[in-house]
Amino acid sequence: MPLLSYQKALNRALSDELARDPAVFVLGEDVRVAVSNVTAGLLAKFGPERVLDTPLSEQAFTSFATGAALSGMRPVIEFQIPSLLFLVFEQIANQAHKFSLMTGGQARVPVTYLVPGSGSRTGWAGQHSDHPYSLMAHVGVKTVVPATPTDAYGLLIAAIRDDDPVVVFAPAGALGVREDVDFAALGPIPLGVGRVHRPGTDLTVVAIGHLVHDALAVAEELSAEASIEVFDPRTVYPLDWEGLAASVAHTGRLVVIDDSNRMCGLGAEILATAAERLELTAPPARVTRPDGAVLPFAVELDRAVQPSRAQLITAIQGVLKDG
Amino acid sequence: MNHAALYRTVRLIRRFEERAIELVHSGQIVGGIHPYIGQEAIAAGVCAALRTDDIITSTHRGHGHVLAKGADPARMLAELAGRSTGLNRGRGGSMHAADFRLGIFGANAIVGANGPITVGAAWAARRAGTDRVAVSFFGDGAVSQGVLLESMNLAALWRVPVLFVCENNGYATTLTVEEAVAGTITGRGAAFGMPSQTVDGMDPVTVLEAATDAVGRARDGGGPTLIECRTYRFDAHHTWEHKARVRYRSDEEVDRGRSRDPVDIQGARLSEVDRSRIDAEIEALLEYAVAFALESAHPDPAGALDYLYATGLRGRSGGGW
Repeated sequence: MPLLSYQKALNRALSDELARDPAVFVLGEDVRVAVSNVTAGLLAKFGPERVLDTPLSEQAFTSFATGAALSGMRPVIEFQIPSLLFLVFEQIANQAHKFSLMTGGQARVPVTYLVPGSGSRTGWAGQHSDHPYSLMAHVGVKTVVPATPTDAYGLLIAAIRDDDPVVVFAPAGALGVREDVDFAALGPIPLGVGRVHRPGTDLTVVAIGHLVHDALAVAEELSAEASIEVFDPRTVYPLDWEGLAASVAHTGRLVVIDDSNRMCGLGAEILATAAERLELTAPPARVTRPDGAVLPFAVELDRAVQPSRAQLITAIQGVLKDG
Repeated sequence: MNHAALYRTVRLIRRFEERAIELVHSGQIVGGIHPYIGQEAIAAGVCAALRTDDIITSTHRGHGHVLAKGADPARMLAELAGRSTGLNRGRGGSMHAADFRLGIFGANAIVGANGPITVGAAWAARRAGTDRVAVSFFGDGAVSQGVLLESMNLAALWRVPVLFVCENNGYATTLTVEEAVAGTITGRGAAFGMPSQTVDGMDPVTVLEAATDAVGRARDGGGPTLIECRTYRFDAHHTWEHKARVRYRSDEEVDRGRSRDPVDIQGARLSEVDRSRIDAEIEALLEYAVAFALESAHPDPAGALDYLYATGLRGRSGGGW
């Protein structure tokens, strides 16, 4: 079977949706020449009216997309830098997201915000290295973080077809992942449905995005000690609580690895829900960025702040020891 | 020039606002309103230059625009009173009134935020092969918002069929335009290469003439226009001032500002008979609107988050399991 890279999967999804639906168009900075590679070849195929280079006016073009969506289009915005979502938080959280409710259901805003290269890209420092999926989930914007090329393709397609705003975070740490795929089998993957990457019986590790691959490596490394299940929610909001409950129901133990700051992050929400609803045989644990972290520049410092495999191993072993 | 129609609109807005203020004071509209009183000529003049399928976006002080674009005053008042029969089913209130069937893409409570939404809506309408135009109404406070200036740049670059209508009433809440705006408002439009003019915003005929020119240019592919309408807000920034009595305008200034009243300016163009007949019609219409609003059902709290997602997604409840 042919190899598909994560980046090429995003590119293929954009191309397929542009071809399928004339309401879809892509806008953003340097998308014509495809600086991020995700829009490569789209200008030649679809022309400048559907692959729209914008000035450096993130706030205006984010709400421009909202207006176009209100007029029947399905815009896909590419953000080169994850931290730009902070700049356009007003336009996403306070405008696009609120139109449906505030208008009493008159309006829908089917905009996709694609962030290819979210999280640390090594050496990009404080203002280019955030991974703000928990923030989007907190305000209720639909949020996906695919881990594999197949999921990247399928979730981006589903995001574009969804009638609500959806943020698609493509982690920098996953962009290089390649996968053998049957192209004919690629298709949309519904939002809100998780995936068990590796079945196990002793402990569930919840991981999302690039950390799925770290979790799988750790599960393999510890396979002599314990049978570890790796559950990937794929969508942060709405989260697949049934899928998580089903996994924990047969493992009874839970560790979450989450590339968010600890306070109010995805890991915090999963542990809180587990405490409320799930039967655990040992206290759960989470591995996250520290509270309020800003990613420092130097590589050793950058790595010191991100959740690591070593931390995950320690957390898993601690939970196993506790019962 | 249909003087009676213009008069009808300015008078309707004036009396609507006066009735709404009564309902604020009686507690039947919660949260208060930003009265449009004094600025009616702008909404009336601009919207008279538009077709039903044209698009507008509006501001926190938006009742006038929504009414002038043709929204049903009874359903508008029901929205202000938070009733299920309101334009937005009671989910939006005074600052978010919308009626998409009439091209009213919503009032917006963040100053300047409607600018790029308008540009995107107009751009998409043109791409769909229509000759619809869109109007972004905003106040003098909004010209200090970067996102509005960014959206002017996009509109001018891409020759989007948009009118930027600035209602300069002299104050961003309590801050004077002289204290807030360096240079001129029209200078901002000119900087992006778009035709920009200042007009008397107290006379609906003057506003209509300027808007008609700009709308024609936009429909013909000539791109955006900025119109600064000089006006004066007769009442409070928001009805909380009726209790708080913030002092930022002298009585003399307010008297001077009120001396040119758009309702009288346009009313003088009609015979007494015609004017009285329209006034009586409007009184009856608003009598009905108030009764309709106050007799309408309150929404069911069980549906508080209905419409949160267009797809009908339901999140977990906040009250435990």
